Amino acid sequence: MNTVNTVNTENKEHQVVNWLRMDRIPHIWCPGCGIGITVEAFVLALEKLKIKSDEICVVSGIGCTGRVAGYIKVDSFHTTHGRAIPFATGIKLANPKIKVVVISGDGDLISIGGNHFMHAARRNIDITVICVNNFIYAMTGGQVAPTTPFTAYTTTSPYGNFETASNIPQLAESAGAKYVARWTSLHARRLINSIVEAIQKPGFSVIEVVSPCPMYYSRINRLGEGINMMKFYHKNSVIKHFEPTENLNIDYQGKLIVGKFVDR
Amino acid sequence: MFSNEDTKNIKNLIVDMTMDSKTYNLTGNQACVEAALAAGCKFFGYYPIVPCLNFIEYFIRKSKNFDATVVQMEDEISALAAVLGASWTGKKSMTVTSGPGFSNMMEHVGLGVMLETPCVIVNFQRLGPGEGIPNVPAQGDIMQARWGSHGDYEIIALAPSSPQEMFDFTIQAFNLSEKYRTPVVILTDESIAHQKEIVTIPDKIKLIQRPKYKGPKDEYKPFKLEEGIVPPMVNIGEGYKFHVTGLTHDEKGYPVMNEKCQELNVHRLVNKIRLNAEKIIQFESSKEKESDLAVLFYGSTSKSAKKAIEEAKKSGLKVESFRLMTVWPFPEKKIFELAQRVKAILVAESNYGQIVLEVERCTHGKANVGFVHCDGKDDAEAILRAIKDMIQKERKEGIIEYEHSEYSEY
Repeated sequence: MNTVNTVNTENKEHQVVNWLRMDRIPHIWCPGCGIGITVEAFVLALEKLKIKSDEICVVSGIGCTGRVAGYIKVDSFHTTHGRAIPFATGIKLANPKIKVVVISGDGDLISIGGNHFMHAARRNIDITVICVNNFIYAMTGGQVAPTTPFTAYTTTSPYGNFETASNIPQLAESAGAKYVARWTSLHARRLINSIVEAIQKPGFSVIEVVSPCPMYYSRINRLGEGINMMKFYHKNSVIKHFEPTENLNIDYQGKLIVGKFVDR
Repeated sequence: MFSNEDTKNIKNLIVDMTMDSKTYNLTGNQACVEAALAAGCKFFGYYPIVPCLNFIEYFIRKSKNFDATVVQMEDEISALAAVLGASWTGKKSMTVTSGPGFSNMMEHVGLGVMLETPCVIVNFQRLGPGEGIPNVPAQGDIMQARWGSHGDYEIIALAPSSPQEMFDFTIQAFNLSEKYRTPVVILTDESIAHQKEIVTIPDKIKLIQRPKYKGPKDEYKPFKLEEGIVPPMVNIGEGYKFHVTGLTHDEKGYPVMNEKCQELNVHRLVNKIRLNAEKIIQFESSKEKESDLAVLFYGSTSKSAKKAIEEAKKSGLKVESFRLMTVWPFPEKKIFELAQRVKAILVAESNYGQIVLEVERCTHGKANVGFVHCDGKDDAEAILRAIKDMIQKERKEGIIEYEHSEYSEY
């Protein structure tokens, strides 16, 4: 006889509720997007760390992931395009007691904010950067990004992308980051643990979250729905901790190496 | 309304002030740094650029005695971004730059206005456009300070004309930025920065702190007005869990994308300065009973202009002076009053005509408006020539421009 475990959900709030601005829900992200999972992972990591909400501050740039700051119920800043890291640097230097987390997208952090990313890593400022990589500029309607894999289609690369994609972990490591990890949005449990480690790590830490963009990246490349992409990324990924970061290039629909690569 | 005013005893605060005297021989740079530290500046983010290096070096040397944080960022964009971030932790923050760096900062001048973040930007204007001539003083960033960032906004900009004013105006700049929660620009240049002069430093200075929220924590809304037009502010890490955005936002700080919110949000930002313009504006006018012409000047052209006025008076001409101390907001009413009183207004500035456009607008056709370009060489003579010429002119349309000197070849 089958027994079904039922959980009484009455009068019981989800543990993320305390950390989210519920007056702003529903959020703006499309169904099947991985940013929501990243937010949940971040919030659950905060729960795990037993951090108080006045000890932490979230800074975001512009873009889909840039909107994260607006949904997390801590002191949060939605700043200019690419400048989340320098804004966070100012906060951290002026008040070192605050744990500062930058959550932003690949275009924001690696393209327009690439210089700041590099120098924050070099300066080894004690902030955690969570970079949601969806391979595209999604907020603006699906343009080619520095992270778009070679040959992938976007609205501005209709013949296939002919540029090489950035390797975010390698960039972070070579610039001096002290903690570098990469997960996909379905590696939720590992992602939470990684965020916990990164926040605890003194120094500059980077976590790349490979996340599907069902609306733009998937549609133009005909990769199916968000859940299909998530499953694909999850199935196609190999966990290789401390893999040399030069091997971490992401090819179009190729193998994804995930794991913790740098912890020094 | 602003109960956060206090006076600070700075007698023994300034490190070199161990002497009994109240006067010190300081450069404009030094006076500005001393004033910033006396005003309680605790965060300084910068990117090195000619001609601000003496300022930066002096600030770094001094900062350790004042527990101030200094960071050299990777560019001017991030320098001002860091300053804005630091300001939200409750620390008074500032940055310093020059021409091209000021152009880089424009993005965050807009963000600073939108997030209503107090900060002070000192701009040592240099010749432009582009890279121009780095170490030659100029006044070419006047309009950029006002209109440089995109969208509608108002800014406060001060133009000191001597090391003494570098001290006084820096303190005022911090006070204004805290009082109105806005970036304040000090428009100065290398000639004042490197000028050494006797500076009188008072025992006590009046300091204004930003309006602070005191109500219950869960009811705090970052842009909700309590008294007046400036919303109270809180710091990061005090448990208010606030959100602010550079997007058009409501009083909760949440983005709202509609015209109504834009109107409520941005019109208040503009009105914050416009409605308080009378209180902010400072000027120096040698108002005389009867005068034919007024020479209008500001910043580093002041000395040449004053010399020219003196010479003109000696030769029997009826001339008065009007010096802008606050460049933005512009003293529109005062200029109109002046235009009704005198026959002509001559504007002397180190650019190819910026403030003169404002002056012409504000005269409403009541006075002739002339303009003389000052390039740092024989300025007083050029101004004097223009004064003499202008007094004889009949009413004319438009701006009468005077050649500074004859140009032949490069």
